[in-house]
Amino acid sequence: MTDLPTTDLPKTLDVAKIRADFPILQPLQTASDGIERRLVFLDSAASSQHPTQVLDAMNKVYETGYANVHRGVYQLAERATNAYESGRTKIANFIGAPEAAEVIFTKNATEAINLVAGSWGRANLGPGDAVLITMLEHHANIVPWQMLAEEKGFEIRWVPVNESGELILTDLDRLLDGVKLFSFTAMSNVTGTLTPVRQLVDAAHAKGALACVDACQAVPHLPVNVTEWDADFVAFSGHKMLGPTGIGVLWARRELLEAMPPFLGGGGMILNVTTDGFIPDGIPGKFEAGTPPIAEAAGLGAAVDYLSALGMDAIRQHEIELTAYAMRSLTEALGEGLTIHGPSEPAARGGVLSLTLDDVHAHDISQVLDEKAVCIRPGHHCAKPLMRQFGVSATARASLYIYNDRDDVDALTEALVSARDFFAL
Amino acid sequence: MAGLEDLYREIILDHYRSPRNKGELETPPAHKVEGFNPLCGDEIVVYVQTDDDERIVDIKIGGQGCSISQSSASMMSGAVKGKTIAEAREVMFAFKGMMNLHETSIGGDGSESDQSESSEPAETIATAKLKLGDLEALKGVVKFPVRIKCATLSWNTLDQVFDEIQAAD
Repeated sequence: MTDLPTTDLPKTLDVAKIRADFPILQPLQTASDGIERRLVFLDSAASSQHPTQVLDAMNKVYETGYANVHRGVYQLAERATNAYESGRTKIANFIGAPEAAEVIFTKNATEAINLVAGSWGRANLGPGDAVLITMLEHHANIVPWQMLAEEKGFEIRWVPVNESGELILTDLDRLLDGVKLFSFTAMSNVTGTLTPVRQLVDAAHAKGALACVDACQAVPHLPVNVTEWDADFVAFSGHKMLGPTGIGVLWARRELLEAMPPFLGGGGMILNVTTDGFIPDGIPGKFEAGTPPIAEAAGLGAAVDYLSALGMDAIRQHEIELTAYAMRSLTEALGEGLTIHGPSEPAARGGVLSLTLDDVHAHDISQVLDEKAVCIRPGHHCAKPLMRQFGVSATARASLYIYNDRDDVDALTEALVSARDFFAL
Repeated sequence: MAGLEDLYREIILDHYRSPRNKGELETPPAHKVEGFNPLCGDEIVVYVQTDDDERIVDIKIGGQGCSISQSSASMMSGAVKGKTIAEAREVMFAFKGMMNLHETSIGGDGSESDQSESSEPAETIATAKLKLGDLEALKGVVKFPVRIKCATLSWNTLDQVFDEIQAAD
């Protein structure tokens, strides 16, 4: 059992207390201008930092219970298997999955979506079929379908978005005609747009389509319950929710997983192998070929414990308030030259702020911000179709999480003002 | 430790704010290649028109990018205009030498110009000083490895245009 944070009530977050749990946030960082500053980490939408509880849980596996999982009969192997499987159980509980066996460990969300495409998609899609995605998608929920469409000859359709980065759903029923799978994000990694997941799932089901939710940005930041969503597939990554890299999750309904062919072949995914062929294992083993991320599963389990102790409702509330504060203070300080892409209402979005500032390129903004130890991400955020629609090649993206507070936002604002002044015509 | 003033020299900001040779050329007769920096999403378009002697009679730059990629493209257009492709490739080689790209190619195009591959680095840098002029302002980029791709994007794209022109001959 990992040490849980001792925050009293899940009403509001005690950010100072939370920050104390994150070793990387402790020392002053020597910024690129040579001055020691507090690290202002505003890139959690790309990958989040790790509390001691997560690092300790992983270390504990390596120090006291490491061996390959499953099949070993000695105690160490049993301990490793328990650590791995208890990660699975914690995650199942965290996302409201009916049973732990429906939680498949993958490398990351990208691999989880590729699993859906490569297994379910390859078995079920062909000429005359269609897959519906949206203009908000990350390349991870675009390219796997494009790759498969090249091979199988089905059609890919796109739900359009408006200038605020919100889905335009007026034609959804028509778009869903003949669609076998509707795969969409629950929260955009560019605009923070929250999509109406349950409504979209219902619309897909009403047309006989399955629904796949890219929850990579949602699971770390919002209360998520896959049963309440009524989704068929849900994908997310461990490293955006305080967990380690190298582990992600595909959740899917048991009957779908059982009907799907294996994705990767190898050890651990079979019941029997002969010179004539193989019989795949049951779930979840069928989809976990090779040695899995053992310590990572324990780490992700500890991350889930940490987030649960804070309370996902409290985390969401914290991020709404901080997003509102950031939108207000950035707009006041930077005026008309600033564009914050995405919905204007903080409650309609996650804590992701994609900015463009006059004609200053995001790469240059990020370089100036690095001088102040402010970490943001410049670029297209792996969502080039959406960027093209917004008419920008890059944005500067600041993303908020549990360890960010108003001081971080103030540092961002101040650094952006100096970036604007530095590049002013 | 490298500071911002090493990167953003005044002449770079000048080319960024007032880019030279910005625009398009009609294709044909001009040749056009689009270059992409997959890391940051920058897209650059280089148009080159040459005469029968492979002399660059006109060059235009389109697309969008950061101050480093835009100023590098602007300075490049001035540096190669009026030169033959062979002469322009020498400037390109000198520029990539300044970016330390000859020993470990970070440029990503895998098609370094084949002449004088054996030059000593010191000699390359000396050559660079003779030929690069304004472009020398970009040498501070070397201290910011992530930005080298920004500085070389237009050059790699120009290299592809040259290849196309010469393949079409």
